[in-house]
Amino acid sequence: GSRSSHIALIPDVEHIRRETGFSQASLLRLYHRFQALDRDEKGFLSRLDLQQIGALAVNPLGDRIIDSFFPNGSQRLYFAGFARVLAYFRPIDEEDATLRDPKQPEPLNSRMNKLRFAFQLYDLDRDGKISRNEMLQVLRLMVGVQVTDEQLESITDRTVQEADEDGDGAVSFLEFTKSLEKMNIEQKMSIRILK
Amino acid sequence: MLSAALLLLPGLPLAGAGATEEPTQESGPLGEPPPGLALFRWQWHEVEAPYLVALWILVASLAKIVFHLSRKVTSLVPESCLLILLGLVLGGIVLAVAKKAEYQLEPGTFFLFLLPPIVLDSGYFMPSRLFFDNLGAILTYAVVGTLWNAFTTGVALWGLQQAGLVAPRVQAGLLDFLLFGSLISAVDPVAVLAVFEEVHVNQTLFIIIFGESLLNDAVTVVLYKVCNSFVEMGSANVQATDYLKGVASLFVVSLGGAAVGLVFAFLLALTTRFTKRVRIIEPLLVFLLAYAAYLTAEMASLSAILAVTMCGLGCKKYVEANISHKSRTAVKYTMKTLASCAETVIFMLLGISAVDSSKWAWDSGLVLGTLFFILFFRALGVVLQTWALNQFRLVPLDKIDQVVMSYGGLRGAVAFALVILLDRTKVPAKDYFVATTIVVVFFTVIVQGLTIKPLVKWLRVKRSDYHKPTLNQELHEHTFDHILAAVEDVVGHHGYHYWRDRWEQFDKKYLSQLLMRRSAYRIRDQIWDVYYRLNIRDAISFVDQGGHVLSSTGLTLPSMPSRNSVAETSVTNLLRESGSGACLDLQVIDTVRSGRDREDAVMHHLLCGGLYKPRRRYKASCGRHFISEDAQERQDKEIFQQNMKRRLESFKSTKHNICFTKSKPRPRKTSHKKKDGVANPEATNGKPPRDLGFQDTAAVILTVESEEEEESDSSETEKEDDEGIIFVARATSEVLQEGKVSGSLEVCPSPRIIPPSPTCAEKELPWKSGQGDLAVYVSSETTKIVPVDMQTGWNQSISSLESLASPPCTQPPTLTRLPPHPLVTEEPQVPIDLSSDPRSSFAFPPSLAKAGRSRSESSADIPQQELQPLMGHKDHTHLSPGTANSHWCIQFNRGGRL
Repeated sequence: GSRSSHIALIPDVEHIRRETGFSQASLLRLYHRFQALDRDEKGFLSRLDLQQIGALAVNPLGDRIIDSFFPNGSQRLYFAGFARVLAYFRPIDEEDATLRDPKQPEPLNSRMNKLRFAFQLYDLDRDGKISRNEMLQVLRLMVGVQVTDEQLESITDRTVQEADEDGDGAVSFLEFTKSLEKMNIEQKMSIRILK
Repeated sequence: MLSAALLLLPGLPLAGAGATEEPTQESGPLGEPPPGLALFRWQWHEVEAPYLVALWILVASLAKIVFHLSRKVTSLVPESCLLILLGLVLGGIVLAVAKKAEYQLEPGTFFLFLLPPIVLDSGYFMPSRLFFDNLGAILTYAVVGTLWNAFTTGVALWGLQQAGLVAPRVQAGLLDFLLFGSLISAVDPVAVLAVFEEVHVNQTLFIIIFGESLLNDAVTVVLYKVCNSFVEMGSANVQATDYLKGVASLFVVSLGGAAVGLVFAFLLALTTRFTKRVRIIEPLLVFLLAYAAYLTAEMASLSAILAVTMCGLGCKKYVEANISHKSRTAVKYTMKTLASCAETVIFMLLGISAVDSSKWAWDSGLVLGTLFFILFFRALGVVLQTWALNQFRLVPLDKIDQVVMSYGGLRGAVAFALVILLDRTKVPAKDYFVATTIVVVFFTVIVQGLTIKPLVKWLRVKRSDYHKPTLNQELHEHTFDHILAAVEDVVGHHGYHYWRDRWEQFDKKYLSQLLMRRSAYRIRDQIWDVYYRLNIRDAISFVDQGGHVLSSTGLTLPSMPSRNSVAETSVTNLLRESGSGACLDLQVIDTVRSGRDREDAVMHHLLCGGLYKPRRRYKASCGRHFISEDAQERQDKEIFQQNMKRRLESFKSTKHNICFTKSKPRPRKTSHKKKDGVANPEATNGKPPRDLGFQDTAAVILTVESEEEEESDSSETEKEDDEGIIFVARATSEVLQEGKVSGSLEVCPSPRIIPPSPTCAEKELPWKSGQGDLAVYVSSETTKIVPVDMQTGWNQSISSLESLASPPCTQPPTLTRLPPHPLVTEEPQVPIDLSSDPRSSFAFPPSLAKAGRSRSESSADIPQQELQPLMGHKDHTHLSPGTANSHWCIQFNRGGRL
């Protein structure tokens, strides 16, 4: 993309801005990044474009995060979708919370939505629950090779048991949020640069 | 209370003070020829110095005890205040008695001996994640803030003098005031730590204030040195290049100090990688190398505080992974003790030094002006910097934080030591500066220290909310870190998360590989750590609130054969290896017994748990290189057992329902075994009569002698070297003939001797059969535990078993490979020697995997290694049929460790 591009050049910019809450500067910045990632200037991003970001390849959750950019099996990521996913990581402003009309849907960067984003990285089959198996897969990604399978299994069991309140052997979204209620999600799931 | 203490305490130093004068009296006799052999000679002067040091520390410690007798006093008044006051009183008494001020806080002593432990302690135990998360803010406050404080205070004081508010007898120019400003401006780590440890503000706030106080040392040192040399050169001779050099030296001193620290951290981590066989010096290494870092930096006139901080911060991860659990504990407590000692002595000496009026010269204008300016400029500086920082911070620091930060800028012993170091000939106003510094230090420590707690309460500063870590939080935190790193990648912004991620990958790939033992590296994982610690905690609380769990019914498991965790992994694997035949055979044993048997079993366990257990006899340990196990270890053992039980239960619910009842290998360690000359104390087990053609029990002894070489690396982490492990698989753990019950029961030395959970066989008591009359105890340390009269029996049994181990086996190990065996014929004879020693006991090994992880967890990572030996030594399991009849045990014995 060209540096000279103006905010108005972004397609459907007003709508995106309302939905994501990004400032104009941030949107412009993201748009530049979007264009830089879009090597063939096709107007959208493919999985391949994201996979070519070097560090993402070594990130244990890289694939899952790329997947979250392509909901519902779509293969094309347009700027609106790009901005929408990144909007989860916008820091929460105090003004946001007070000014927001209660009737409107929660902003994308609310605590709940941040948690929901994290949750769907675990919940591969989208059934609203992190099953033991799904937990095991995540743990395997996270703890690396040095822990044996048996250990991993027992860690998994314990993790699920810890969060599981209704005893169904899986972690629902509610249980997920409860297990994290002491954590400052607003802080841990925000990136300052995405104002 | 307090006053009483103060009255009592001076006695000691007084004795010391009086004694110092003795050498002069003794000097007379010294000159004369000795009158012959003296029965009793008083040689105070030979021990004077160390004796006085010891006395001081003793006084300080006693004072601490007295302070803490009253909870009310310590909750209101910080300890540092009390110590300073105590010092004042002691100093006054010394002054009154000796007519001159003794015992100053000597800058040399302070910088070389008293400061390093405190800084090392704080660096080593610094929460590194929190520290680096806030590194930007910390650095800003430490560098910019300190520079700002020094210059503004110095200039303002100079202005005050120009305005005529400072008496003209204070002969100081702008440079002198800048010098004074530089030494008085630095927030002092000792004071901050002492006060803030008792005020539990939230972690972010604490780390910012405390980190600042540590890192500003570099700035203070540079400013002080630069100003000092400028003053000594005389302001006329200072050239422009000198200013540039001053700026450059800031970088040299700070970065150089940090580099020295990191180099030593690297060395330290690398050294501890190779201490496997000399565990005992591990703690020493930590202190030596850290101290070497301090001295090296000091020698090169770099920032020594920064060096030690970085050394502690950098080495911790690797050192903790490498050294044994005991060493870890030793390091922790020694460090804390030293730091607390040093802190106590510093504050006390501060109080004492203040009494020495010969060094004082009071000027109200200077003192009041300084007090006002340091408070004012500190606050102003904090507000300005915070405003700038908040433009970049994700979580802005609010007004309350700023108030606490301004008010928490305590000055302390560093400033005092620096001001004492001034050269009176070059700095004519030194006495005034000393007095002012003392007042400032006293004011900040006492007044601010006293009021900061109520202030924090009144402002409702967010307190630190410590909550226990949970696995979920740990896991999700890692997830969040990765998510954020990924999002930064996508956004194309290489920020903090990006670089942290980078660093972690680098660390994992190269540093950890290089600096950690392979075994330690393998098991080092944060999530795993949390899991492990949680288990330990659960186990402890489990034991705490229900030591009785072991006793009986609570534990009676459903019809399931019990296994413990180690058994679980190794045995399952065994079964997998050897085919399912074993399973079938074992299941046979599980067949239901009569209700009567069951009752007996319950009763038996009740008795076993409830009866009096003789105490263990203590074994004197004279080895210097190994530490004998203590109560802690025993506790750990119990913890381990509990853990195994828990795991067992969860395992049962989740995993296969194969019954291998009797196989209940249990890792046991017999320490000192070798020393005792007992090659393999093994567990003998009574056996259950089996229903079908399986009425024979086989003693299976798997002896795996020190696999150290191959496995040491994987297993060394938390074991002591001198221990063996015995895995015991047994058919029945408690088989008592009714007549023998009482006698044998009292052999059970302690609750841990009772098997953690009854095996199936245990539940269905087999003693009716009339032959499985072996009392079974758990005792690895047979020589210790077994009462004397039974000792012989035990030894016999051992020798018999040993001798039996060689003959070819008619009864293959039930565990490993179990073709059903036609041993019925042999079944009736119980070998006499064995039956005669029913007291052979099992005991849980004295020092269990206690350390790093209890066995239940360690089991999980051990199995791989564990297994091989088990399989490899199958042949050893062969026993002569005779013994086999009544026994059924697998013994695992590894030279060193799990």
